[in-house]
Amino acid sequence: MEYKGFSELNGQLMFLDGVKNPVFDELVRIKADRGVYGEEQLIGRVIKISGGRVVVQVFGRTDGISNGNSVCAFTGRPMETGLSADILGRTFDGLGRVCDGRGDIFPVTRKDINGSAINPVKRVYPRNYIKTGISAIDGTATLIRGQKLPVFSGNGLPHDRLAAQIVRQASAEGEDGKNFAVVFAAIGVSRDTMDFFRQTFEESGALSRVVMYVNLASDPIAERLITPRLALTAAEYLAFEKNMHVLAVITDMTSYAEALREVSSSCGEIPGKKGYPGYLYSELASLFERAGIVEGSSGSVTQIPILTMPNDDITHPMPDLTGYITEGQIVLDRRLHLKGVYPPIAVLPSLSRLMKDGIGDKYTRRDHPALANQLTASYAKAEEAEALASVIGLEELSETDKKYIAYGKMFEERFIGQKKYENRSMEETLNIGWDCLRLLPKSELNRMPPEITEEFFQGEN
Amino acid sequence: MSEIIGINGPVITVSGGSDFCMAETVKVGASELEGEVISLRGGCATVQVYESTSGLKPGDAVRGTGVPLSVCLAPGMAGNVFDGIGRPLKSCGGIYIEAGAKKTASGASEKKWSVNFCVAPSETVFEGQTIAETVETPSVVYKVTVPPGTGGSVLSVSGNGLYSTDDVLALISTPSGVKEIKLAQHWPVRTPRPCKERYAPDRPLVTGQRIIDMLFPIAKGGTAAIPGGFGTGKTMTQHQLAKWADADIIVYIGCGERGNEMAEVLEEFGGLIDPRTGSPLMDRTILIANTSNMPVAAREASIYTGITIAEFYRDMGYHVALMADSTSRWAEALRELSGRLEEIPAEEGYPAYLASRLSGFYERAGYVKNLNGTDGSVTIIGAVSPQGADFSEPVTQNTKRFVRCFWALDRTLAYARHYPAINWIESYSEYTEELKPWYKANAGTDFMKNRAKIIKILCEENEILEIAKLIGADILPDEKQLTLEVARVIRIGFAQQNARHETDAYTPLAKQVKMLELIIYLDETCKKILAKGAHVDALRRSGIFDEIIGLKYEKQNGSDDGLKKYYEKIDLVFDGIVNKTENRYGV
Repeated sequence: MEYKGFSELNGQLMFLDGVKNPVFDELVRIKADRGVYGEEQLIGRVIKISGGRVVVQVFGRTDGISNGNSVCAFTGRPMETGLSADILGRTFDGLGRVCDGRGDIFPVTRKDINGSAINPVKRVYPRNYIKTGISAIDGTATLIRGQKLPVFSGNGLPHDRLAAQIVRQASAEGEDGKNFAVVFAAIGVSRDTMDFFRQTFEESGALSRVVMYVNLASDPIAERLITPRLALTAAEYLAFEKNMHVLAVITDMTSYAEALREVSSSCGEIPGKKGYPGYLYSELASLFERAGIVEGSSGSVTQIPILTMPNDDITHPMPDLTGYITEGQIVLDRRLHLKGVYPPIAVLPSLSRLMKDGIGDKYTRRDHPALANQLTASYAKAEEAEALASVIGLEELSETDKKYIAYGKMFEERFIGQKKYENRSMEETLNIGWDCLRLLPKSELNRMPPEITEEFFQGEN
Repeated sequence: MSEIIGINGPVITVSGGSDFCMAETVKVGASELEGEVISLRGGCATVQVYESTSGLKPGDAVRGTGVPLSVCLAPGMAGNVFDGIGRPLKSCGGIYIEAGAKKTASGASEKKWSVNFCVAPSETVFEGQTIAETVETPSVVYKVTVPPGTGGSVLSVSGNGLYSTDDVLALISTPSGVKEIKLAQHWPVRTPRPCKERYAPDRPLVTGQRIIDMLFPIAKGGTAAIPGGFGTGKTMTQHQLAKWADADIIVYIGCGERGNEMAEVLEEFGGLIDPRTGSPLMDRTILIANTSNMPVAAREASIYTGITIAEFYRDMGYHVALMADSTSRWAEALRELSGRLEEIPAEEGYPAYLASRLSGFYERAGYVKNLNGTDGSVTIIGAVSPQGADFSEPVTQNTKRFVRCFWALDRTLAYARHYPAINWIESYSEYTEELKPWYKANAGTDFMKNRAKIIKILCEENEILEIAKLIGADILPDEKQLTLEVARVIRIGFAQQNARHETDAYTPLAKQVKMLELIIYLDETCKKILAKGAHVDALRRSGIFDEIIGLKYEKQNGSDDGLKKYYEKIDLVFDGIVNKTENRYGV
């Protein structure tokens, strides 16, 4: 059914009266012949039906659209995307249209981009770790296949490099490369960032296993709400129907939240904290929960969303709500970055909730759980000693505290710090951890069951 | 015929409002999505829908059912997983949840239960009375009770045998006509189930978690809140309590939390053996799962579904512990729905009725005498997830008004991987006074004194650390340094507990008490040593503090023999240091 014109157009919201049989959440195609601007095809979504009035959220610029030049077609179906195994190696724009100039793909299936909630009883609890070759992740915040582990960063910190390194090294490790795929969603990122990632994928030879969905900073705001959904739909398809291990990297989630805020405020909704709508949590959850392993499929979706914390504030609603949904977080720290430590991962606030069941005896090494615990706990003490030293001076510290300072320094430089192309084995990571601990007196290792200390500590150095 | 006239997310407007009553359950559209009437205005009804409204359209039919939102209570609940409105998830479609799934208690209504009767025809039965029993799981005997408000003489019973949940077991003649009794009962979730009387809480829920049992105990039938920012271990603490608390039934509500966590509980609880019954922990556990991406209206309902199931088992004479993880998500669901209804918001966008809803929920806890004269309890432990870990936000503050135990989780402790990250300065339990007699009888007459001493040491440590931060611990006087050392033993050797360690995950009460006594003995002996003129360094060098810290890993949980060697070690240190000191001074 097609309708000419509208009753009201306000920013990206279009109000129509007298629409027959509108369906909640359906896709609307808007054709506008905008004269000098040329013809434009837009899409929108029904977000509210009230009496005879329908509210359509338009994705894309509404400039030049007038009551006289536009026609709305109601499709009766939710927004869908066509998928086939041929999407691998291809690049799409923020609305899922091919944009690499290599022709359309021929879909074998169409999927609702909103997805559905995975039935919790059909989930398989994730247990296999992914080796990233980065000590601060493998050692103390191990990434598990099927996990959602975001990177909390700040502007100017090397989160892109870190993500690139994870993709490069994790893909190299996949037991058989054939089953590995990367789905990359760029939300409101700059052209330079995009080029950096493209180059990284090319270098690692993984480009043919990467699907990219790109919404650049200059693209329409409302599209940003669609881009991650397209990417995750593709990820679910590859994982659960094509049995692939998919790593979904989404950057930058803060742009997504800002787009949501903009749209919400133009709808006149009551704002919550910092102007974000009250349903930000549900919105984020509807994305982040699309990760995991399900019964009857050998594939998995692992998510690494990247978000920049405005003003490096971890209590900002964006990192805060994300942390409540995801299974841990990797936090980057400006202080370490300034010290020249790469990757500047703040070990204390970083956490992997699923690592407890994916490391140790059967998976990595027997001492791993206790070692991770001890490294972190001792590093917390090293920071305390550091704080004390800045007040009373290094000389006045007790012998033990001085040892902690040395431990902290070595831990930052040798354990956390590594090269951008250094791919450490799990064995190496754990051994470096023990090397650091040997700077401390044995009696300080109180997080270790005694038998582990006996076997691995082997004297102080 | 009533039909949809407006849709706004999970809230729809329906014509023919006079056909419905307030809080009635309705079926929406062709796939019969479940909804509930939340307001009636000017010939229209506003309905919140418990499933995704995507694909609904104006003109779709809406049918009233005449009953309020209810849950089907029947054998088969224990060991099962339900969604927010009580549908068994195991029979809700494939890997994705299907819309419009049906409500049965077990998901296998065709299953036959072996029922044994305990009443005969012409006997008079009262409300709440048990008329028959069946073994639900190896850990739970399901009792068929006369529903509240019903009573009279038994007309007929259908003899011992196999029955499905919908078979009529007995007929009862009541003043309002003949009533059928089945294995299954329905109960409106928003109405508390009645009881005869409420007792004062006088016995603890023993959790095996040292810092809780010894310092901040919770009573059976009590209420507690666990607030904490993300990553502080709310869920881990809840899981520990669900695993080890001495309750007969655990109801675990995963409210707006992670799907993988539910998978973890299912897998882990299915494998863990309950030391008291010898069968898997899952046999006594009921899960309500509304993960964060499931419909928000069902999240609001999930809390009520859970507490109703808990009360139902309480009425059979069981002690039930209910974990709600997390009540903040529930409050946010209220906020979201309130926003869709365009209500005037109070603090931070939450509706003005937030406080009354919270109090209504927590007040359903209690240690009671049931209608049938048995005793039972419902203990509520709610996690709170304050935004930005800021405890001054409305949900934490309002929860604090209605709970009597407050286990504040601390980010600094969590960063240092000190779990459970319960902060001993901010946390409190109001039950301590009421539980005094029980602890006196079960933990020895000195227990309360020892507990006070431990708390005092921790408080002193807190003050000393303020100073130590400025001048360093090394130049503090010896007795202050000793306090720091003993406090370290308490913190690491006692308060901190490793959920992943075989021995440490659960500490029996007897061992907890003995550990406390030993730490007090350590403190007193060390003070004596200092009084003899020795230095705290000598004590540190002796390694006695680290020895005592290792006690928690000691396998002989609480046996006197296991502890004896620690006392001997303390005495040995005393002898060694004191003799040396005395020699030096020529005493």
